[in-house]
Amino acid sequence: MTKELMLGNKALARGFYEAGCKVISSYPGTPSTEITEEAAKYEEIYCEWAPNEKVALEAAHGASLGGVRSACAMKHVGLNVAADPLFTISYQGLNAGLVICVADDPGMHSSQNEQDSRHYAIAAKVPMLEPSDSDEARRFVSIAYELSEKYSTPVLIKMCTRVAHSQSIVSLGERVVPGQVPYRKDPTKVMMTANSRNAHVRVEKRTGDLIEYAENCELNRVEMGDTSVGIITSSTCYQYAREVFGAKASILKLGMVYPLPEKLLLDFAAKVDRVIVLEELDPIIENHCKQLGIRVTGKDTFPICGEFSQNLVKNCLGMETPAYSALPETIPGRPPVMCAGCPHRGIFYVLKKNKCMVYGDIGCYTLGAVAPLNAMDLNVCMGASCSGLHGFNKAMGAAGEKNSVGVIGDSTFIHSGITGITGIAYNGSNSTIIILDNSITGMTGHQQNPTTGRNLYGDPAAKVDLEALCRALGFRRVRVVDPYDLAQVETVLKEELAAEEPSIIISRRPCVMIKGTVTAPALKADSEKCVGCRMCMQIGCPAIAMKDGKVAIDPTLCIGCGVCTQLCKFGALCSCEKEEK
Amino acid sequence: MDTRNIMIVGVGGQGTLLASKLLGHVLVSCGYDVKVSEVHGMSQRGGSVVTYVRYGEKVYSPVIDKGEADIILSFEKLEAARWLEYLKPGGQIITNTQEVMPMPVVTGQAQYPEELVEKMRQAGARVDAEDFLAIADRAGSVKAVNIALIGRLSNYFPEIGQEVWEKAIECVVPEKFRELNRRAFELGRQA
Repeated sequence: MTKELMLGNKALARGFYEAGCKVISSYPGTPSTEITEEAAKYEEIYCEWAPNEKVALEAAHGASLGGVRSACAMKHVGLNVAADPLFTISYQGLNAGLVICVADDPGMHSSQNEQDSRHYAIAAKVPMLEPSDSDEARRFVSIAYELSEKYSTPVLIKMCTRVAHSQSIVSLGERVVPGQVPYRKDPTKVMMTANSRNAHVRVEKRTGDLIEYAENCELNRVEMGDTSVGIITSSTCYQYAREVFGAKASILKLGMVYPLPEKLLLDFAAKVDRVIVLEELDPIIENHCKQLGIRVTGKDTFPICGEFSQNLVKNCLGMETPAYSALPETIPGRPPVMCAGCPHRGIFYVLKKNKCMVYGDIGCYTLGAVAPLNAMDLNVCMGASCSGLHGFNKAMGAAGEKNSVGVIGDSTFIHSGITGITGIAYNGSNSTIIILDNSITGMTGHQQNPTTGRNLYGDPAAKVDLEALCRALGFRRVRVVDPYDLAQVETVLKEELAAEEPSIIISRRPCVMIKGTVTAPALKADSEKCVGCRMCMQIGCPAIAMKDGKVAIDPTLCIGCGVCTQLCKFGALCSCEKEEK
Repeated sequence: MDTRNIMIVGVGGQGTLLASKLLGHVLVSCGYDVKVSEVHGMSQRGGSVVTYVRYGEKVYSPVIDKGEADIILSFEKLEAARWLEYLKPGGQIITNTQEVMPMPVVTGQAQYPEELVEKMRQAGARVDAEDFLAIADRAGSVKAVNIALIGRLSNYFPEIGQEVWEKAIECVVPEKFRELNRRAFELGRQA
């Protein structure tokens, strides 16, 4: 049997291949993005980037109704967007199997909140599997499809950052493709009144059947050993439990976290002296145990917030942790920064200079909030920059409208900004929205989107005309600026803030990280001309540093965007070409 | 055998992920159970990044905790110091002497600490420090700094032959960069 070291997300993709999945529709989001990117490498699976997670889930469900095994993948907050279809698909049922991967981010390595997706499984009454390493991720996909088809329900596979972005050894299996299930019109599939009432009854019966399944399934396994302590756990916490308690501890490892078994838990608890429930985020297994009357050590001992590790578990239980030494001094932090030449930088500089209230959004440009730019006031979720600013301006009137902007990236705009700006035009706030069009979905690792003119495979695709779209939604003022031209950005910004109607400013420059983006030679610093005023340091470019009171350019980072030259009043930063002239 | 723990640390964009991929490949080919845990997303934009590599007969946790690392391979000096607490007492640090200024230093809010190598030694670490950027440059490109560092790391695995590492480079590195990376590995190993 072939074995390979594989990322959890890649192993899920392998699982989709082996289970005969044919259609995957997703929206990128860390830590879920590689699931779809890796699946796209199998030519047997059609993959696409949908405009958002709701569209992705609806498309994947459509493929299931069309008779093939299908899937979608998203990060935890993406499931908020896809929640609407999820709840009713749960009622309506399927034709072929449908698997939804959702990746949580305990510790918030790359997320705006730490929500626990298991609540969605409970609320939508949909079974949820939770692998603890890459090989389980691969294996669980086939099991998920079997469950999905047997019980006519979508099945959630919940990942977390440490399973999604850890590599472990995977045994490869063969691809088995079930035959396409014929589509037949079924009047009970229309989800309204009587049909929905009947469907709800069916869902409740299904949950009962799934609890029966949970009692004896291969997903939930008892590993009996020393009976002084028994640990009930799932996901990566299983690994921490084994790390801390060793190979001889008794563990009930849950591979299915909704619905949870009852008898299995009671039997396990009866065999051990003390029960510990080890789970990250919310006390879901713990509360279930308590409902069954099992006394457990849980969130009275372990935190709800943040990610676990072996030392955290040991500390919480009063066990000894390894010794280590530290330096006496404070090590300066190294927060992430916008790349040298990032087209977002100039925009945020101008917004800061003009003391604008900036309602930000989700993407690389959220880094506009960090020092030295500190140019973002707020952000919430995808699209809130548009709709949130509208509400803010309705409350503030001209005092808000003349001084505030919403800032949203191209992919995020397509995801959830279009409806927001429609609200601005329709309900008439004089709001100004800046669309940062860098021709790519940047933060998640450069995925194509409907504004780039390319599909997931890089093939030509329909391209959204942002200017025409905004005009069609009711905006008469739509301006396009080059974010490398600070004077132009400032002039246009002032005009649009002053205008007595809503406006869109499109800041257009491709991300410097896209292959083939045209860059200029690195700038040169002239230490004779530099007076050490530090004006150029205000934009937080990682290619610019001060050495002995004078500006210095890192030629390996500088791409010659020239934004800093527009800040220097002494001509101390110049491009090589200009010098030659 | 007990599980051995290697951390690869650096600045987002320095090529730490390729280094961990290569190390993972070597350890799997030696028949070990291996887990590699990476950080993707936000921190890859010039932030502090860390990859955990654990190997042995059976590896459970994918992460390395404070006081557990046998070796820290650092692409940047300040990052070695940042993760020092993760080193076992008396553990080995291999660090590039390159200094990449973090934003708080660039903006003047903080100072880049001086004599970090000496301070790490005083804290009980064994430190192997070298200008791997210069070594990579000699090999043909500063971009091969990750493989030069892996070359040095290979010296700390006497049980693994050089041919295993070379085979892994062949598997992991695209062909057009293979010769460059082979030289960088060799120079890093010898230096």
